[in-house]
Formats: sequence, C-alpha cells, structure tokens
Amino acid sequence: MRVVHYINQFFGGIGGEERADSPLEVRPGPVGPGRLLDQLLGEESHVVSTIVCGDNLAAENLDDVAVAAISEVKASGADLFVAGPCFQAGRYGTAAGAVCAAVKEKLGIPAITAMSVENPGADLYRASVYIIDSGDDVSRMQPTLAAMVRLGKKLSAGEKVGRPSEEGYLPQGALKSEFVEKSAASRLADMLLAKMRGESFEAEVPIQATEPVPVPPAVTDLSQATVALVTDGGLVPKGNPHQFPLAFSRVWGAYSFAGEEALAPDDYEVSHGGYDNRHVEQDPHRLVPVDTLRELEKHGAIGKLHEEFLSTTGNGNPLANSRRIGREMAKRLKDSGVDTVVLTST
Amino acid sequence: MAQVTPMTPVAVALGSNRVIRGWGIVYPTGDSDLPPNEERDLRRRIVQQALDALTTEGRTEV
Repeated sequence: MRVVHYINQFFGGIGGEERADSPLEVRPGPVGPGRLLDQLLGEESHVVSTIVCGDNLAAENLDDVAVAAISEVKASGADLFVAGPCFQAGRYGTAAGAVCAAVKEKLGIPAITAMSVENPGADLYRASVYIIDSGDDVSRMQPTLAAMVRLGKKLSAGEKVGRPSEEGYLPQGALKSEFVEKSAASRLADMLLAKMRGESFEAEVPIQATEPVPVPPAVTDLSQATVALVTDGGLVPKGNPHQFPLAFSRVWGAYSFAGEEALAPDDYEVSHGGYDNRHVEQDPHRLVPVDTLRELEKHGAIGKLHEEFLSTTGNGNPLANSRRIGREMAKRLKDSGVDTVVLTST
Repeated sequence: MAQVTPMTPVAVALGSNRVIRGWGIVYPTGDSDLPPNEERDLRRRIVQQALDALTTEGRTEV
C-alpha cells in the first residue's frame, strides 16, 4: 500500500504559530508523525510522500490545498490518504477534513483523518470521511495512528467496516440495516430494564448533545426587512424535483413562487412520512404561509417576502445531517439578501 | 429566525431561540376544521406572533 500523508507546519517541524503561513510543500517519504505511521503500516506499506502546509495558509485556501493534495496522490500512485492526527487544532482539523473529503471524492481512494470530537473539523467532515477519535491529548499519537492504520487497511482491502465504537471513528450519522434476532419492542424493553437496573446499554439511535445557539439580535425595522419562509415539513412542487425521501433526507430545495399571490394547491405536494399530509396538500399555507406574508408585504408591515421558500423533510434526521442542511440553507438565504426567517415545523 | 412548531419543547431543546407554538402537527399555520375566514385569521395571528418575536430582543417561547 502506498500512502500520502498530510500534516501541518508544526508536525512538519517548520515551526509554531509564527510559521502558520508556510506555503504547501511536498517532501519524499515520511516526516514527523509520518515516521511512526510508516512503522505501523508494516513491511508491505509505506508513506511515499508527505504534504506539509501552514495552518493559516491551509484554512484560508482549502480548495487550493485540496487540489495540490489530489495531484500529489495521483502522481505518487497512492492508494490511501492519511491526514493528521489533528487532536484539538481547529485549522489543522478543518484542513485535514476538507482535503480527505476532496481526495476521497475525486480519486475514489480511502482517506482517513483523526481529531478530537470537539475539533470544528469533526462536525464539518465526520459524515463524509472517517475521522478517528484522537481525543485532545497529543500523547495519544501512537494509539491514534494505530487505529488509523487498522481502518485504512480494512478500507483498502474493501473489508466490512465495523461500528464507530468498534473501529474508533466518530459516528457519521449513518444508519445501517442489520438482521437481528429480537424485535424492536423487545430490544427496547431490554434497554429499559437495563436502565432501571443501572446497567449499561447502547442506544440504537443515540441522542446527540446539542450546543446552545446564541440568540441573534432582533430585527430593528421589519418594514425594511426581507423575510423568507423555510419549512422542514416537506412541501415540494408537484413531481418532487429533488426527490425528497419520506424520512432521513439528505437533500433540500429552494422553490420560487415569484409573482404569485399564494401557493396553488394543485402545484404542490408533500414528501414527509411523519405526519398526515392531506391537510397541507389541500392548502399549502397551512405549512408555508405565503398568503399571510403577501398581505403583510402589501401593507408594508414587512419590506419584502423572499420570492422562494426553502424546504426539506425533517423526519428522523441525524443531527449532523440537519446541521449541514441548515448551514447550506443559511448560506443561500444570506447570499440572497434575506434578513430574517420564519421556519415552520410539523 | 422564529420557529413555528407544535413541538415547542423539541425546538427549545435543540437550541431554537424564538419559538412560537404552531396550531397542530398536521398544520402548524392552519386548521382544516375552521371555516376559511377563521382559518386565515388564525394564520395571521400565528405569523404575527412570529414577527413579534423577531423584533423582540432575547429568547421567546409563546
């Protein structure tokens, strides 16, 4: 196995924060933690080259760094890409996640990184690449690299990857179908009994902890504001153009009603398996109140109603996935000059 | 952002800051049992609550 390794300027031995703008360079063979990685890979596999890049430079030019990494992986004929471990270093983790995601997507070879669950790169990339949980303690370099090598070899060989708790990677929010002996009801009863006895059990759909969201400042003058409507109730134009599934949606859509006073029931349908859709299909305003906002726009109570509503299916979604959808929606709304949002949820 | 939802505890638990109680799971801003004019009034009231929350500093849970 041929491995290309990505590290930052600190682990590359160039320097600390004062050298965080060091340009990207490619060195032959292993460098820094890459030497231990090379040892752990065993006789048959080697770190063929190492990409070293300053943290600031990488964080500010994620796309360029990804392009450089892709071309190095291609040139060296690598079949595994490894980045980090990054522990708690935020810019390093973000760059490592972005580069791994790009290499995996463009070249189709496995890419692995490692960082602490608290690293901002973890939430951004845990769903798209395998991120070994390194914790925040740099002295855990050896076990972290060992877990990366184990998983990397499995991925390269096309072997079945176990659960996050077995392999040591951060949960990706993926749901896998498995055959089990007991029905959901009896598994649930077992868990409840274990909980009552104070025994340990593993939830099948773990509830993820949420962070507090800072309260955004109030809108000072609604009569000057552009208001957008967003819903997680699965309203879509007839034909469901983005093919929203009934649950676990990874997609969302922005649907224009420019020039329309209201949403015509015949033009819309609902794709959401979590509630009886008939009432909304009869009158979409029961979910997306375009009619009322148009009135308010006409009376000058709001400056403008944004000419499209954003929609997704909020049903059983893993939090990491919902966060990504939220971020993507927020970006589109900001880019369109929207000042504030009314979100409706079923 | 103000969130209109019948499941306000879920919205609050997940970090939503301006939360308005929607009318029902199957119609957060409507009610198919009401005559059309009453349903529109209901919708106006709920939307107005959301707009009021947006112009008020700090958290809202109505």
